[in-house]
Amino acid sequence: MLSYIAKRLAMAIPTLLIVITASFFLMRVAPGGPFDGERQLPPEIEANLMAAYHLDEPLPMQYLRYMGNLLQGDFGPSFKYKDFSVTDLIAQGFPVSLELGGLAIALALLLGIPMGVMAALKRNTTVDYLLMGTALGGIAVPNFVIAPLMALFFGVMLGWLPVGGWNGGALPNLVLPVVALAIQQIAYIARMMRASMIEVLGSHFIRTARAKGLNERQVIWRHALRPAMLPVLSYLGPAIAGIITGSVVIEQIFGLPGIGRYFVQGALNRDYTLVMGTVVFYGILIVLMNLIVDLLYSLFDPQIRYDD
Amino acid sequence: MNRLVSGCMAAALIWSLPLTVHAATLDIGIYGEPASLDAARVTGAVYDNDVLGDLFEGLVTLAPDGDYQPGVATDWSVSDDGLTWTFNLRDDARWSDGKPVTADDFVLAFQRALDPKVASIYANLLYPLKNAAAINRGEANIDTLGVQAEGDHRLHVELHQPTAYLPTLMAHIIASPVPSHLVREYGNDWTRLEHIATNGAFMPRRWVSHDHIETVKNPHFHDADSVTLEGVNYYLVEDLNTGLSRFRSGDLDVMRDFDASRYQWLKDNLGNAVHLHNQLSTYYYALNNREGHPTSDVRVREALNLALRRDIIVEKVLQGAANATSALVPDGVAHYDVQTMPGVDGDITARMNKARALLKDAGYGPEHPLDLRLRFNSRDDHRRIAVAAAAMWKPLGINIEMVNAEANVHYAEIARGDFDIARASWVADFDDASNFLGILASDNTKNYGGYHSDKFDSLLTQAAAQPDPDQRQQLLEQAERQALGDYAMAPIYADAARNLVNPDMTGWEDNAINRHLSRWISLNP
Amino acid sequence: MTSSHSAHDPHVASGTTPGDNDHLQGGGGPNPPEAPVARPGESLAREAWRRLRHNRAAMTSLILLVLMAVICIAGPWLLPWDLAEVDWENFGTGPTLANQHWLGTDANGRDLLTRTLYGGRVSLSVALVATLVSLVIGVLYGAISGYIGGRTDNLMMRFVDIMYSLPFMFLVILLMVVFGRNIFLIYAAIGAVEWLDMARIVRGQTLSLKRREFIEAAHALGVRDSKIVTRHLIPNSIGPVIIYVTLTVPKVILLESFLSFLGLGVQEPLTSWGVLISEGTSNMQGAPWMLIVPAAFLAVTLFCLNFLGDGLRDALDPRTR
Repeated sequence: MLSYIAKRLAMAIPTLLIVITASFFLMRVAPGGPFDGERQLPPEIEANLMAAYHLDEPLPMQYLRYMGNLLQGDFGPSFKYKDFSVTDLIAQGFPVSLELGGLAIALALLLGIPMGVMAALKRNTTVDYLLMGTALGGIAVPNFVIAPLMALFFGVMLGWLPVGGWNGGALPNLVLPVVALAIQQIAYIARMMRASMIEVLGSHFIRTARAKGLNERQVIWRHALRPAMLPVLSYLGPAIAGIITGSVVIEQIFGLPGIGRYFVQGALNRDYTLVMGTVVFYGILIVLMNLIVDLLYSLFDPQIRYDD
Repeated sequence: MNRLVSGCMAAALIWSLPLTVHAATLDIGIYGEPASLDAARVTGAVYDNDVLGDLFEGLVTLAPDGDYQPGVATDWSVSDDGLTWTFNLRDDARWSDGKPVTADDFVLAFQRALDPKVASIYANLLYPLKNAAAINRGEANIDTLGVQAEGDHRLHVELHQPTAYLPTLMAHIIASPVPSHLVREYGNDWTRLEHIATNGAFMPRRWVSHDHIETVKNPHFHDADSVTLEGVNYYLVEDLNTGLSRFRSGDLDVMRDFDASRYQWLKDNLGNAVHLHNQLSTYYYALNNREGHPTSDVRVREALNLALRRDIIVEKVLQGAANATSALVPDGVAHYDVQTMPGVDGDITARMNKARALLKDAGYGPEHPLDLRLRFNSRDDHRRIAVAAAAMWKPLGINIEMVNAEANVHYAEIARGDFDIARASWVADFDDASNFLGILASDNTKNYGGYHSDKFDSLLTQAAAQPDPDQRQQLLEQAERQALGDYAMAPIYADAARNLVNPDMTGWEDNAINRHLSRWISLNP
Repeated sequence: MTSSHSAHDPHVASGTTPGDNDHLQGGGGPNPPEAPVARPGESLAREAWRRLRHNRAAMTSLILLVLMAVICIAGPWLLPWDLAEVDWENFGTGPTLANQHWLGTDANGRDLLTRTLYGGRVSLSVALVATLVSLVIGVLYGAISGYIGGRTDNLMMRFVDIMYSLPFMFLVILLMVVFGRNIFLIYAAIGAVEWLDMARIVRGQTLSLKRREFIEAAHALGVRDSKIVTRHLIPNSIGPVIIYVTLTVPKVILLESFLSFLGLGVQEPLTSWGVLISEGTSNMQGAPWMLIVPAAFLAVTLFCLNFLGDGLRDALDPRTR
């Protein structure tokens, strides 16, 4: 197990190297620099700025400097937000994204699994069609359409919930973004749960359990639920990735200070270090998340062993 | 599962706690975040002015109507040759940590702004000061800057040529003082919230990047008694639609911009909360005058200008939220009369016929269509205006290729001259026609189109050296007529300041520079 | 948002046994014990078609989709307005029968129906081309990797694993930022993101197929490797691939509108559903039709694609019923 973890972590090194190198050079070949803007700078001021951020050095030199700093855990100063280092910004933005994403995943599991089980048990009845129709709606209408509509309806028209802003993570501010972010995952999980539940219910060991005279509730809760949840579990990795990318749009729409928004704004502002910092951070996050999901999976399914 | 549910409920309880009621705090929606709380390190955008203008007070400050009034300085005088200014500082000015504001704080502030190592983007505004440009280029020692403290409460400013608008300049945030005791101790880190002291009506308490900046009243401010707000929160709202929603739901008392193309709807639905006020600002299309671009032919430039129906753009696309203009210098600039571009106000059929004839003359026609590249930076209003303009040029057989990019790319590309037509705008740094006309001077970095006219350049030079205001006005107006007659660019409209303002608020006055200090504002319960 | 690189699509995962999940192994993990293998031959296709025809939801979706495609392709020729034509008298007017703008105009006085149909052309073409790109890369890569096996397979799958861990959406956004808003770039970028799943699926198929008798027989007869891959392995993996394609198409459409929504879509005057939705969002207070019309087209298309995908999966992989 430990050696498996070590192996997976070692594999993350080339991944991160690719991420860092690709995004470093992509950013640098992008037209427009961090100091280009409406206000054309006099040449001497531009020179001062370039020197202050070492942008006057040759590109390979800048790359080595960046890698060197990175190895010491230093993401560098933000070009745009001069009162913050990139590390400061990520430390400020990540808890926001984490809270948003964590709650969305929790909501997706809490709603998606029961929906799927219910639909499976009432297969081909009105309940099933209703639930799965709703789920399909969640898949077919993208979150960037749902989010503004919810803001308009619940925020502006009814005035029940704030239409944006973080407010230190107050519950009313969280409701709309979390729901918008979770809807699609709820739908996916419900559909998946239904399918795998149907399959498990039709399998030999459930038939055996029934034959032994266990009552239906015991059959479902004791025997069917756990194996049926396996695909859902293995979907968690992609779900987390989906929530991370989804939160880029949601943070944008609701004006939340998460790192998804830092990334987009950074890319548009050519804030090289901030973009690099967020991409590297996401790279590490995704590697870790995939690892955690896989380990979780092994807990649920003892047939899987990590000894190859 | 049960544990998870109860955990979520506990979490929900904790999250709902920070919901406290704010009393008499002003919530302002700004559409960008200051780069720093250090005036030497910001870009001078509206939102920089909003936040830093409330945190710091310069020698001169702004009244609610945008006029200038004494700030830290109680009064000032200028020498007969116009080269030396003397400011007397009030003795009750204090930093928020209780330390007095001294002349030395201004000396250090100006020196830092011009220090090449600080790399201030706005340093050139201080170039009227003696030796300023040389210091910023690294050619002179910082100590040689023309600014000296005489004791704690008197400041001498030396200029290299007479500059009548110096008091105006001293009200700009770049001329804010810095707490020299903190800068000496912490260097550039003095703006970190645990160190910072401010001398304005408010002081910062919290800054969540990409979310909000929270400030509270500064008890040491010399006029603190008249400040009724307990604090000001600046919320970053990049998206105008979100800003509108947040304003409508009562989250924001002020939203610093709105989408002009929704003006009629806003007026119908929000009534007197919608504020529109003329601003010294021109929205124009730069036309590339350089060799190799079809727009280097003056006939093409004239045809483009003739076919552009500015009134319709303003009326339809902007719903009347701006004033159409064919001039570069907008109405309202002091000591100046509005000029007009020849021929563009006539009957549209005649204009179109003339434009067709001009294009034909220039060698374009159905078998040789004119293809032009129009660049604009990605924003809804710019896109809509480009679409309308392209539709107006289409009947002439002009095919417009539209290219939009984010602002950094857009300005980098048009500065390189990679366009035929490019969107740009100019907002006055100070109220003077030369500030607008300068952007067509041959050596100006803002001269995107590369317009070059010896006559125009020499008229501007003559005007700069002309002390008599009336003759100077004549020269400047003549210069503008020259450029407009050359169809150097395509001005479209004079922009307006757009704000959404809570009607239950007093102390807000619309003004031409669109700056509003929160110290004047009161919220009625 | 769909995850741009989901290792297991829910449908695929649910279509196979839980043990079949090869998310955990780069190269040499346990093979799918009993993957649904499509037998070659007409009988299977005919069988599948018969099952599909009896699925009312899927057939309705199929008809609607064809209709949608026809409308998007032919509609603009029949409508009285052009893509970029500005009706100066009707800026941002709502749906009405009075002025030939049946679904209203946008904030620039352009006919919304016309633009939505043009947008549909773009969105659907992105879906087709990008899916095709991912299909070609993924199928070839997966088949080669699985067929050669051993160290090469291990290496190739390591590479896929590495690619999986890339924050792809961010790189795509960076790409769009760097190289500007260009429709061909959208095709390529999205295709390049989506091939990974396809490669894994095809590899899994290939691994299980190549131990089957007919492949070994071909081997023994001295048939060239390239021929075995193209003649036998790929055609035999077609079932799961088709299922997967029907899942990729809606994902690609979503991805394109996601990018467009962030302002990284096609250039004016061209448009796509994502661009229109983004424009509609900024006008929804006061002009809700600008959001509702393109959103409805997108939603109907995505609905149909999902129903059809479900139907195809059921038809090609009867075990799930």
